[in-house]
Amino acid sequence: MEFRTFVFFFLSGVLLLAALRVITARNPVHAALYLVLAFFSASGIWMLLQAEFLAMALILVYVGAVMVLFLFVVMMLDINLDRLREGFWSYLPLGSIIALLMVAEMALVLGGRQLGLLESSVRQATTEDSNVQAVGRLLFTDYVYPFELASVILLVGIVAAVALTQREKRKNKAVSPGQQVFVKWKDRVRVLSMPAEKRDN
Amino acid sequence: MTLAELQFQMPDLRLASAEIFVLFMACLVLILDLFVRDGKRTVTFLATQLTLIGAAVVTLATASNDVGFTFSNMYIADLLGDVLKLLLYLTVIIVLLYSRGYVLEREQMAKGEYYVLALFATLGMMVMISANHFLSVYIGIELLSLSLYAMVAMNRDSIPATEAAMKYFVLGALASGLLLYGISMIYGAVGTLEMNAVAERLMTMGYQGERTILVFGLVFVVSGIAFKLGVVPFHMWIPDVYHGAPTAVTLFIATAPKLAAFAMVIRMLANGLLMLAQDWQTMLILLSVLSMAVGNIAAIAQTNLKRMLAYSAISHMGFMLLGIVTGVVGGDARFGLNAYSSSMFYVITYVLTSAGTFGVILLLARGGMESDDLNDFKGLNKRSPWFAAVMMMMMFSMAGIPFFVGFFAKFSVLQAVVAAGYLWLAITAVAFSLIGCFYYLRVVKIMYFDTPVSTAPIEAPIDMKILLSANGLAVALLGIFPGRLMSVCHYTLARSLWL
Repeated sequence: MEFRTFVFFFLSGVLLLAALRVITARNPVHAALYLVLAFFSASGIWMLLQAEFLAMALILVYVGAVMVLFLFVVMMLDINLDRLREGFWSYLPLGSIIALLMVAEMALVLGGRQLGLLESSVRQATTEDSNVQAVGRLLFTDYVYPFELASVILLVGIVAAVALTQREKRKNKAVSPGQQVFVKWKDRVRVLSMPAEKRDN
Repeated sequence: MTLAELQFQMPDLRLASAEIFVLFMACLVLILDLFVRDGKRTVTFLATQLTLIGAAVVTLATASNDVGFTFSNMYIADLLGDVLKLLLYLTVIIVLLYSRGYVLEREQMAKGEYYVLALFATLGMMVMISANHFLSVYIGIELLSLSLYAMVAMNRDSIPATEAAMKYFVLGALASGLLLYGISMIYGAVGTLEMNAVAERLMTMGYQGERTILVFGLVFVVSGIAFKLGVVPFHMWIPDVYHGAPTAVTLFIATAPKLAAFAMVIRMLANGLLMLAQDWQTMLILLSVLSMAVGNIAAIAQTNLKRMLAYSAISHMGFMLLGIVTGVVGGDARFGLNAYSSSMFYVITYVLTSAGTFGVILLLARGGMESDDLNDFKGLNKRSPWFAAVMMMMMFSMAGIPFFVGFFAKFSVLQAVVAAGYLWLAITAVAFSLIGCFYYLRVVKIMYFDTPVSTAPIEAPIDMKILLSANGLAVALLGIFPGRLMSVCHYTLARSLWL
């Protein structure tokens, strides 16, 4: 078996197992961690296909942003902090296994130059540039219209998030000593001059 | 790498100037709103309305009979786009004017963001209308939907509104997923996403080859479209969203996006995938009959007017689809022009009628209270004979009673259906429309023959009264003189379609 094939099957096997555990794990935090592993393995497979842009995007966007947010949400939903901290160290074995697997995958892909991964039989992209360059060039030329509109969608996302979450400032009842010092009696007391009234009877 | 090495054609920005104008102005209004101290946001409101009027001027100035492409053929500038965009601006102007009072009475909605989101939604619809690429269609849909989700949720303390926004968001995301999946299948089979190129490839490929994968993708694309139109069985979100959303936003959802959805259907199905007409027509016939059945029958059971109108919208969209499914008969697109223009007429008049109906609901909603229950309309005639008459005209038009515009819309669609030889379909449509008459006429009965619950006179700003009256008169007058609008639809599509 060629080394390349071995890497592919290794990554695919981990991917499938991790994906299976995402839906079978009872603990949502475990499920989220397995999802991170699944993303990681998928990006390794993309790396094998020399789609390095997709691979990096997957890591940066999904692992870096989406999954971290996801973990935050999962942890915030459980408000009982003590209970959350209680099990913290019990995540360690699982967490370290997943971390080790990731390190192994990364070593396989990044050390590819030494292990002879680069002489591949996969069809090369037609350009000589990396595909980050190719994607960038297309985004800013042929696909500039949807690209710009996608930025408008992000803007709408920001506007919507602000509009939906921003509340008016609470009425502040704290006193300002500076202004208090300058208070004059006229500000607080109103003197009324009332005409004297006659007795009714 | 220098700029000269990038080989591409500079896009002709002039063709897309209306979109650029709206985008620029939307950002400007967003900044302008920061400096508005006035709690009523009058300046923001006026700037938004002026933007829409300005966009109409720009569209008129750049309109031409010829078909033009720009942005690497992702954008198409043709007469269909121009006409639909002009109608779109008009609709949004009407919608914002009707909802002004309603929005002002709700503290959380009376913010500048409401108008900015409306402008961004308009931009999204413009992108959908002028899309010549599956990607542009998708981006347009997302821009529209994202703005709408936020607008539905804007009245934060209202639990029904939050629930409606959540449902709309989750189901909308699902539908976008379906649509994208279908589009990716079509890309796999054809190798391009540009609509004209897809049509050409399909023409040369014929029916062999990738047919299975094409039809597989088509099913998902049709499902995505059906969701956006809100036809059965992808209609579940409509009643809840119409009912739960603030009435001003319901008015928005019930009108302008229908125009964009029509454009989407024409561009994607009747243009890009015309060669697969036999397949998608069969699917759409099924959806259409189901929508008319479910929409008209379920509407009878409703006591909330917004919910009733939601089911009525489902049935109307089903009826509109009848014109789309009869374009190609046995591989012959001879009747296509008539069929599609009858659908276009139907959708335009539906938008006009729907705007008026929700306008009356907004007119009655005063002092922060909703009045969207059928009981709130009891004895409307005693309180305001004129607006009761306007509402009656709207209901008659929606029911398709002769000499209101809805009748001619239904009539022209049925004509196309009969011309295409689907007699059974026409009979089914008429039967369900007759069932539909019941609930429209019930509203008229409640307004004229029931004793009013409250006798408070109706107060509204003068501009809203004038516009609502004009809307009512338009429905009546278009019913007497439908010819002009009908020929506009016909001419527009003749100039813009490849049939």
